[in-house]
Amino acid sequence: MSDPKLAIAERAARELRHGEVVNLGIGIPNLIPGFLEDGARVFVHTENGLLGVGPRPAADEVDADLVDAAKQPVTAIDGASYFDSAASFAMIRGGHVDVAVLGALQVSAHGDIANWAVPGKDVLGVGGAMDLVVGAKRVVVTMTATASSGEPKLVGECTYPVTARHAADVVITEHAVFRFPEGALTLTELYAGATLEQVRKETEAPFAVSLEAA
Amino acid sequence: MTGKRIESAVEAIARVQSGQTIMVGGFGLVGAPLTLIDALVDHSDATDLTIVSNNIGEPGRGLGKLLRQGRILRGIGSYFTSNPEAVAAVNSGWIEATLLPQGTFAEAIRAGGAGIGGFYTPVGAGTLLAEGKESRVIDGVPHVLERPLRADIALVYADRGDELGNLWYRRTARNFNPVMATAADMTIAEVGSLVETGTIEPEAVATPHVYVDCLVLRA
Repeated sequence: MSDPKLAIAERAARELRHGEVVNLGIGIPNLIPGFLEDGARVFVHTENGLLGVGPRPAADEVDADLVDAAKQPVTAIDGASYFDSAASFAMIRGGHVDVAVLGALQVSAHGDIANWAVPGKDVLGVGGAMDLVVGAKRVVVTMTATASSGEPKLVGECTYPVTARHAADVVITEHAVFRFPEGALTLTELYAGATLEQVRKETEAPFAVSLEAA
Repeated sequence: MTGKRIESAVEAIARVQSGQTIMVGGFGLVGAPLTLIDALVDHSDATDLTIVSNNIGEPGRGLGKLLRQGRILRGIGSYFTSNPEAVAAVNSGWIEATLLPQGTFAEAIRAGGAGIGGFYTPVGAGTLLAEGKESRVIDGVPHVLERPLRADIALVYADRGDELGNLWYRRTARNFNPVMATAADMTIAEVGSLVETGTIEPEAVATPHVYVDCLVLRA
């Protein structure tokens, strides 16, 4: 797959297990439902108060009272439920959301995530990102290996303000998958066509290599 | 049965005094009490307001209108980035901003309405948002002490309200409205439609009437 974002979403879809409750961040995570295997079903949670997010509505079916956390129109599936914001975040902090999938600006060698503020940029407030990375049982970070400037995003220490420490469980880039066994960044999967040399070049953080059988 | 006062938006908003803290429901403009906000913008001189709301509207829309009038002294919420004018106002020092993680913001309001003096949360520990806050390690996990949030007046929106003040919310327009209704000295509920008491199934009442002081019909 040539589009790095689609490659990341396609791989990230395989991190989700049938029946799980998942919260999908803005951007790449939102592409994941299109890549779920036939028959695989997850329950999508949106922190503004809906469990059971369905597909985007057709233009003539948009309901102004039915949006996701990006304030974009959505639908609700059969079996969906609505709740207030305090209940929604109690669900998140209380560990009832199985997986949060989100983008990041940087992830450190210890799994610290920075995904809410860039010094000098006009960002005021973190929204629900901190609650999600702390509360979800598994945190899957989907991001391109490098920023548009070419800077690696997997770094020794985050230089941007962190969202949470030791929070990432999996990092999925367009070339590779990393995990944190014993808390240490470890390359566990290289995609077909990707090389270790290439991944080393685009990764600033030190990492171990323990490739899983494909 | 004693029904709640049903007022015009202008009458209701006349209670807002300069220097007060006002909670405003809604996630962006979804579920925001837009008729009450418009009345506050057009028919009130109250200034130096502290606004407790997840966002400060959008440019020139919702609370974004009040921002343009220069009547907001301070904003407390979780995400003001969605209104670039609010970002500019904070960066230039025209308004103060207190930003919390969204779940902490919601829980602080819940605590304020539930008589809780504060709570420890792991969210935000070790980040910029924990600076200056008391922290402690609970069961090996760093936590931050967060204080409750209350307001003088809460402005909330519900799709339906009955004459007693019971409220029913529609879809994701519920968001912060139910907790805010509990956390103010006075709660003014804007309703999309006013229905006869008994029409809303008791099981479907999300805000019992005890929390609502007066009702305003959406324009």
